[in-house]
Amino acid sequence: MAVVLETVDLEKHFGGIAAVAGVSLKIEKGARHALIGPNGAGKTTVINLLTGVLQPSAGRILLEGEDITALDAHKRVRRGLARTFQINQLFLDLTPLETVGLAISERMGAGAQWWRLVGTSPAMVEEIVEILGRFHLADVMYERTGNLPYGKQRLLEIALAIACRPRVLLLDEPAAGVPEDERHEILATVAALPADVTVLLIEHDMDIVFSFADRISVLVNGALFVDGAPEEVARDPRVKSVYLGEALDA
Amino acid sequence: MPSAAVEEVARTLAARARWGALEYAFWLAALASIFLLPGRHLILTEIAWLALFALSLDLILGYAGIISLGHAAFFGLGSYAAALFAKHGIIEEPVLALLAAGLCAAVLGFATSFLVLRGSDLTRLMVTLGVALIMREIANQIPDLTGGADGLQGVIIAPILGTFQLDIFGHVSYVYCLAVLFVLFLVARRIVYSPFGLSLRAVKGNPLRAASVGISVNARLIAVYTLAAFYAGVAGALLAQTTAFASLDVFSLERSADLLLVLIIGGTGYLYGGLIGAVIFKLMQDWIAHLTPQYWQFWIGLVFVLIVLVGRERIGSWTGGLRALAERIARRPAPAAMPEKGR
Repeated sequence: MAVVLETVDLEKHFGGIAAVAGVSLKIEKGARHALIGPNGAGKTTVINLLTGVLQPSAGRILLEGEDITALDAHKRVRRGLARTFQINQLFLDLTPLETVGLAISERMGAGAQWWRLVGTSPAMVEEIVEILGRFHLADVMYERTGNLPYGKQRLLEIALAIACRPRVLLLDEPAAGVPEDERHEILATVAALPADVTVLLIEHDMDIVFSFADRISVLVNGALFVDGAPEEVARDPRVKSVYLGEALDA
Repeated sequence: MPSAAVEEVARTLAARARWGALEYAFWLAALASIFLLPGRHLILTEIAWLALFALSLDLILGYAGIISLGHAAFFGLGSYAAALFAKHGIIEEPVLALLAAGLCAAVLGFATSFLVLRGSDLTRLMVTLGVALIMREIANQIPDLTGGADGLQGVIIAPILGTFQLDIFGHVSYVYCLAVLFVLFLVARRIVYSPFGLSLRAVKGNPLRAASVGISVNARLIAVYTLAAFYAGVAGALLAQTTAFASLDVFSLERSADLLLVLIIGGTGYLYGGLIGAVIFKLMQDWIAHLTPQYWQFWIGLVFVLIVLVGRERIGSWTGGLRALAERIARRPAPAAMPEKGR
């Protein structure tokens, strides 16, 4: 299978601390790849490096074979790399309608247009409505995002990333903090993501990881510990002792 | 069913930019003031260019979240540029000179926009303040060109469009300033309802996420800062043209600070804040100065302190557009609206 996203000896130091220490990761096209590891293992830092929020101290990042290590965050999005955030990063004063419309207009290259009014392109409006419907946001699309219940905000997090029409989607704990009875809605939308979209998922919940992923990488202390199919990872005694043991026993 | 939903959403989006009754009322009142208040045209002229200046600051503060304590840098440059164009006969026709002066300010805005890209609000306050101070000192140090501390004397403004000569009662200058304000307001209004305007609000709300949906945050901030500098330059040029004079005080800190007060009075992020704020600010200044010619600055200072204490929560929270305007106008005369204050 073709590798879509690859890191080569990726490193990130904060002062004297190596948050990410030489990670070489390969994510294949169409994969459902999970990145797991104990708290503080550097998972979110990896995502921040992949998306350009942080610059690596060393190493390279390749998207579809091209080196994007030095590329600005917004340019990576235009190349098909989108993400969600572990802690909601939304536009609280905008409505879900405006939020999704914003992402679509940027993707269509209309974001710098200053003379046209928002929403005058029928194709765009159709897509906004489709995405809001798919993510169960149609009934709240006119409300201020900041006033939405947390579960809806989590859905908007994913909807916003999908509106960028990514080829590679990085999901940083999509169900984090969502009450049990609302989780299924989010997990169902994650499971229903288009098959051609490559997904890298960070998640703590092992039930979600093992039901979703076809490949799992375990990160411990900033380094790749184990990388393989779910069965291998589940069987690996080292993983059990370092990570799964803690998580499953708890 | 989906098509009905699509139509409804398209309608709602289109309705965002539609003119409301209060907006018509506002501009009709402005038009009526030309005919009904001929004796007040001098102060109305000042209100008009101040409103344009405040509109300029609202574009960066209310829509892009860039706070500035040095917006007078662009105002002042526009002012001197327009005065010099007229004095040396470089561009005689005032409207053309106005545009040219605005462009000069826009160039300065573009050049200094890179300084405000990074940093917190405090950094931006200091950087913008510094730019205005530098501009003032430059003007002070080249008296051969600017007249230095004496100001630029001997400016003669040609008839507007070759036809309308400015008069000492301010009749022509008020119509001129109001027309310029209206046209530039229309452009600003169009811009804030465009995809570009929406992306500015996104950048203001959450720059990290804005970049994560593919918005080039810096490019948008540079663009709006340059645009706002153009507006401020035009406002300054209006002052220079209607008074046939330019002096160092166009760059003063007080001018930038007053401008923030205008927006605090009027509110930010719905375009009318600067306009309404300018009206209230100037009328109040005029009224208090008449009441107590000796101590007017004391009273104005007191009023400002009170306004900021009462109104500071309002700054930036006025994103509801016309709804906010409606609330504001409805609240003032109606005692029944008082409980709303407790919200």
